Amino acid sequence: MNDLGPLIPRDREMHPEPFWPDYKTSVARSPHQPLLSLESGPSEETGPTFGHSSFGPLDNNLILNWTKGAAPAVGERILMHGRVLDENNRAVPNTLVEIWQANAGGRYRHKKDTYLAPLDPNFGGCGRTLTDENGYYQFLTIRPGAYPWPNRGNDWRPMHIHISVFGHSFGQRLITQMYFEGDPLIPLCPIAATIRNRSQLDRLVAPLDMAHSRRLDFLAYKFDIVLRGRRQTMFENKPEGM
Amino acid sequence: MVQPLNHQPETPSQTAGPYVHIGLMPTYAGNAGYYDEEIGVSPISDGARGEVIEIVGSVHDGTDWALRDALIESWQADSAGRFPGQDGADPAVSGHCRFAADAVTGEFTLRTVKPGPVPSRYGRAFAPHISLWIVARGINIGLQTRIYFEDEDNEGDPLLARIEQRPRVDTLIAKKIGEGRYRFDIRLQGEGETVFLDI
Repeated sequence: MNDLGPLIPRDREMHPEPFWPDYKTSVARSPHQPLLSLESGPSEETGPTFGHSSFGPLDNNLILNWTKGAAPAVGERILMHGRVLDENNRAVPNTLVEIWQANAGGRYRHKKDTYLAPLDPNFGGCGRTLTDENGYYQFLTIRPGAYPWPNRGNDWRPMHIHISVFGHSFGQRLITQMYFEGDPLIPLCPIAATIRNRSQLDRLVAPLDMAHSRRLDFLAYKFDIVLRGRRQTMFENKPEGM
Repeated sequence: MVQPLNHQPETPSQTAGPYVHIGLMPTYAGNAGYYDEEIGVSPISDGARGEVIEIVGSVHDGTDWALRDALIESWQADSAGRFPGQDGADPAVSGHCRFAADAVTGEFTLRTVKPGPVPSRYGRAFAPHISLWIVARGINIGLQTRIYFEDEDNEGDPLLARIEQRPRVDTLIAKKIGEGRYRFDIRLQGEGETVFLDI
């Protein structure tokens, strides 16, 4: 295997604060000790690959996949699409993108969600796809509703879709959330606020994309995802202690 | 103006939240049959070479309460230290697994083969280990750590050697509890806090 070079270290300033008292659950679930920083090795620079063969034709269509195409979900029909890139602006092809979300009323199909908004019998709430050779992906889904959660007295999550991306190596593994342009709940959300850098938080907000909307069918939102890149260099010296 | 770097920062992480299983482990979330084939069900298939082992454990918060909603992914080499895709790698080892803390007890189980030592870029091999990535409600960015084994030679492992407080090395070492069985508990915070990695 070619040595593509180590992963570019994570810039943790650009990521959320692990300890954020306004997001109460983080208080007991964030490490107190500093992380042990090392240059990446084979365990981080390799990762699982997934073949098209294990995917079904409706896996990236959340409007139809829960009923296997028998009946569509209720809600605002949207196309969520974008590219997966790395920090060097290179496309990440053939990588797995998975999403999950609440239904139009803000209710999740999960045994532990007891919110009084009803389940949609035609909506499951998860999808997956592989990016194409240019790093593009797309999902057809319904826009999820906001929902209340027991944090502070009256906290509500903005509308959001959870996203999990693999990249080509285990060290690129990332889970994040996509928010929607113009949602007034974003500035009130303590989970969004864990990202202190405002311009970084803005990168989680998908703009309305009329150019990719389809008339009389669906609106589109564009969401690009950037994963860690590799530091390619001709010069490698032996780092201290390795 | 200087030349532009043409780099862009990584997309910021957000917590996986309490319902992460809907997306990544639909059967566990109560939605069996959502996909024909789920991802990461097992890191090995029949005929995998090497010793089949089972690792049990739980993930504890700063109050010593075991998380009931944690999801973990593992990534590892085969019994000869080769990762899937590398020359000569065992085709029966996918190397990747997803498993969750039990919603009632908080216990997880990982059934796999014991990996072999992995060569490093700089010569000294890493002792046999399994990489873990832990996500859950309250964890804003996935936590990386490793499982090593108490019955392997961990002396000289380049990662373990970098841990300044030597007693903390022990937090990365699975304890043997029976033939082919190990226990590995993860402590997110406080006494006995697991060493987490930025790697």
